[in-house]
Amino acid sequence: MQYMILIYGDEKNFAQMASSPEAQKQMYAAFTKYTKDMRDAGIMRAGSELKPTSTATTVRVKNGKTVTTDGPFAETKEQLGGYYIIDVPNLDEAVKWAARCPAAQGGSIEVRPVGVMPATA
Amino acid sequence: MLTPVIENICRAEGARVLAGLIRRFGDFDLAEDALQDAFAKAIELWPAQGLPAAPAAWLTTVAQRRALDLMRRRRAGPHYTDEPPDVAAHESDDEGHAAEISGIEDDRLRLLFTCCHPAIAQAAQMALALRTLCGLSTREIARAFLEPEATTAQRLVRVKKKILETRIPYEVPSGESLPERLQAVLGVVYLVFNEGYAGTDAPGLVRPDLCTEAIRLARLLVELMPQESEALGLLALMLLHDARRATRVGDDGAIVPLEEQDRTRWNREEIAEGLELLDSALALRRRGPYQLQAAIAALHARASRAADTDWKQIAALYGGLLREQPGAVVELNAAVALAMAEGAERGLEWMARLGEREELSGYYLLPAARADLLRRLGRLAEARDAYRAALALVRNPAERGYLDRRLAECGG
Repeated sequence: MQYMILIYGDEKNFAQMASSPEAQKQMYAAFTKYTKDMRDAGIMRAGSELKPTSTATTVRVKNGKTVTTDGPFAETKEQLGGYYIIDVPNLDEAVKWAARCPAAQGGSIEVRPVGVMPATA
Repeated sequence: MLTPVIENICRAEGARVLAGLIRRFGDFDLAEDALQDAFAKAIELWPAQGLPAAPAAWLTTVAQRRALDLMRRRRAGPHYTDEPPDVAAHESDDEGHAAEISGIEDDRLRLLFTCCHPAIAQAAQMALALRTLCGLSTREIARAFLEPEATTAQRLVRVKKKILETRIPYEVPSGESLPERLQAVLGVVYLVFNEGYAGTDAPGLVRPDLCTEAIRLARLLVELMPQESEALGLLALMLLHDARRATRVGDDGAIVPLEEQDRTRWNREEIAEGLELLDSALALRRRGPYQLQAAIAALHARASRAADTDWKQIAALYGGLLREQPGAVVELNAAVALAMAEGAERGLEWMARLGEREELSGYYLLPAARADLLRRLGRLAEARDAYRAALALVRNPAERGYLDRRLAECGG
């Protein structure tokens, strides 16, 4: 069963880290190891970091017209900063992997099962 | 009429059968639907054929067949999972009835841990355990939670969907997460016991089947985790309460308060076992709320006359309990203990402060406890008002009977 691991954190902290190359290096090393562990376990299906919400564009279609706005769809204290999709037998396994995510300390990791589209007839 | 007899059997066996069905099919709704159909078949067939030798095995077989039917039907329509249920695997499963029955305890324990999974909100954990393991109706669960029936119903629908869609495993957790998960399970077991101790629709006050159920579940937990002091404490607590069961309701159907109960009719065996369990729990030197409550119950059990009760120690234990488990209901009990230890006025002052807060509005025991203290002080006019306030809130007929009697004694 596939689960999406959504990584939330305060991106201000993340921006501050840019001024400390050592901290940044450590964080990337932690994520590299985490990703490698997932690959080695054979459970990783996808995953990526996301650029900060300042780069986000929100799109809505109103009366057939595409309306775009600058920024994320909602202002929140913690922002979505990346994701993984993993394939594990059950929620307990997914939660174990989520807890190992480096961003789980200080941030929040949301675990959601990935829905499967109904087979088209 | 045979139907009530059959309904009783179905009710008694239902939870055991359901736990096994959930393990085999991994779907709470499917299992419940199949079991309901098996009950209907029993009511249809048993009057003519006679009761089967092993009703649980009969219900299991019929419900499994029904569940397979339901699964096939669902497969005919659009399905939304990546892995369709393996019907063939279930069909080729040739486990005999003996194996089916011997696996029952484990299934129910598995079900208990699944119901109490941390990914499920606590209120939903309890509702689901009461529904599936104890066969309580939505109405009975709603009363246990002091919430509207529709809220409980919606809670149950959501939680079953979450278990199915997020694939919460159906298992007893392993080593490291076991102690943590146990806390949630203990809470649910205690709630089950309390529902049995003051059931909603029961003609008397007590629904012994639920008390027995909770005690049995706690025994299983103690067996699984003999070093867990709070599991021991909970079992001790429930046994010490259960020992008083026969004396809690009088011949007139009204509740008999602790001080008027015939202590010679308390169940000595249960008290002895409870006291022994409490000692084993305390010897582990990890105290917790269940052990504190069991210690309070033990002090009542040890007093051969109500007048011998060590209220000072009970009040002190409630102080400890409040620190570990703050809450308005515990506070009310602590106020009663303080009143008994240091005088009714002290209790009334505390209850007045409690009344100013919102938590206990609608909870009949607050005005009932006030009324009892006012009666002791001879302030009968105020006592009558408080008894009437309690009567306006109480629902259980046995509790109502007690309040009616007291109101009459106060000249109301």
